Amino acid sequence: MPCEAIELFLGLAAVLVVATLIGQGLKRRSAGKLGTTVENLNQRVFAWWVIVALFGVAFLFGKTGVILLFAFASFAALREFLTLTYTRRSDHWALLAAFFIGIPVQYYLVWIEWYGLYSVFLPVYGFLMLPVFSALRGDTSHFLARIAAIQWGLMISVFCVSHIPALLTLDIPGFAGKGLLLVAFLVIVVQGSDVLQYVFGKLFGRHKVAPSLSPSKTWEGLLGGVASATALGAALWWITPFSPRQAAGLAFVSCLMGFVGGLVFSAIKRDRGVKDWGRMIEGHGGMLDRLDSVIFAAPIFFHLTRFWFVP
Amino acid sequence: MLKRAVARLMGMSVAGFARALTGVLPDWRGCLPEAKQRVYIANHSSHGDFVLIWTVLPHLLRRRTRPVAALDYWGGKGLRGFIGREVFNAVLVDRKSGAIGHDPIAVVVDALSAGVSLIFFPEGTRNTTDQVLLPFKSGLFRLAQARPDIEVVPVWIDNVARVIPKGEFLPVPLLCSVTFGEPIVLAPDEGKAAFLERARNGLLALRPTGRER
Repeated sequence: MPCEAIELFLGLAAVLVVATLIGQGLKRRSAGKLGTTVENLNQRVFAWWVIVALFGVAFLFGKTGVILLFAFASFAALREFLTLTYTRRSDHWALLAAFFIGIPVQYYLVWIEWYGLYSVFLPVYGFLMLPVFSALRGDTSHFLARIAAIQWGLMISVFCVSHIPALLTLDIPGFAGKGLLLVAFLVIVVQGSDVLQYVFGKLFGRHKVAPSLSPSKTWEGLLGGVASATALGAALWWITPFSPRQAAGLAFVSCLMGFVGGLVFSAIKRDRGVKDWGRMIEGHGGMLDRLDSVIFAAPIFFHLTRFWFVP
Repeated sequence: MLKRAVARLMGMSVAGFARALTGVLPDWRGCLPEAKQRVYIANHSSHGDFVLIWTVLPHLLRRRTRPVAALDYWGGKGLRGFIGREVFNAVLVDRKSGAIGHDPIAVVVDALSAGVSLIFFPEGTRNTTDQVLLPFKSGLFRLAQARPDIEVVPVWIDNVARVIPKGEFLPVPLLCSVTFGEPIVLAPDEGKAAFLERARNGLLALRPTGRER
């Protein structure tokens, strides 16, 4: 593990200690009306401790650890997504293929760093082969809707998510062996943006951005969160191959992608009539509730970095 | 002695496997996991149904809860019979024979008198149709008549049929949930149709949204 990563983890632990102290302080002071919000806040903080610890363990094992961590995240995300979609008995083979071929093969290709194949395996081969599994069963009822939902689930939960560990495969001059830091940069900035949007929204939020999609997303939260997360990205330039200004630019784009990702996922949840994707992470909901912003940010961050920084 | 140990170990591995495969979590919406004598009534679409209920029950309740299962499926000699008899301690009823002297409901009422809770499938058989819930058989009413003091808790088991549809061999790891509703008690002079209707509605009310097209 690069020594910058150890400093990062110490910094994260310090932030979480402060958050824990604030949460416990609020719990002691507030009773009744604010109780549920504070309880949820404390659950979220506790979940963050667990998430940071999981990243710490994964980072100790380097590339393999990070790939396994995100392969598991993909699995949890895909199962949440497909649980809430309409499929029929005749999609059984397609579902099996999505779980037991899609996930392992995609992450194996990332592990052997075969960019040419991991970037087309699901969008080309998976895209064309999946509907064949379902078509062979001969059940045409709502065929397009069923197959489109499975493909969307795979692209979102496996293809997009796999671009986070794929950052380790980028060959950036002068940055050899430090790919873990790019993963940390992306995750900290985008998740930091979520947290900061939540904080700014709770403190100052009044004007809703998209009332028909999400009651909790406000202009005040969006502007305050994205601006401060962009500043956070610039401040983290020392762990990246970027200059402070480049780091700020990439952080800004990633936060914006994260925000629209959250909107798209809210729309899907509304359509499915649920509030959360699952109950896996207490205080947050499901894996997809936590991951939605990074899912949208990761492939764009990956390709921008690859385009400008990989010769 | 050894048999008991093997059975307990197997029970734990079955529960662990069910958890890993389906991520199943309980939702105690209408009641709490108390150590009360109860009849849990659930929708039935797969052989894995009672395994899921059993898995989400706290250990203390697990030991005092027995599933009511078909003798012809779970009462055999091999591994399945061992799981049925020893691991889950099932109350085995013979639905088929109609033999004189064998009243399936009498066997179930008998089991209740020992103080245990039961997992009971009021549809009487597995639902492999497109219908959400089959009509209830009269067994539940007779059970409630015999023991009106025991509360009936509706339990909706969601998604098992998608994890392993009928005729398929490999399971897909989709999420399942088990939702416990408000207890129902047979009212004095409540008729069969009214009681079964109430129980059925109590069960249907627990169905989650989001699976429709």
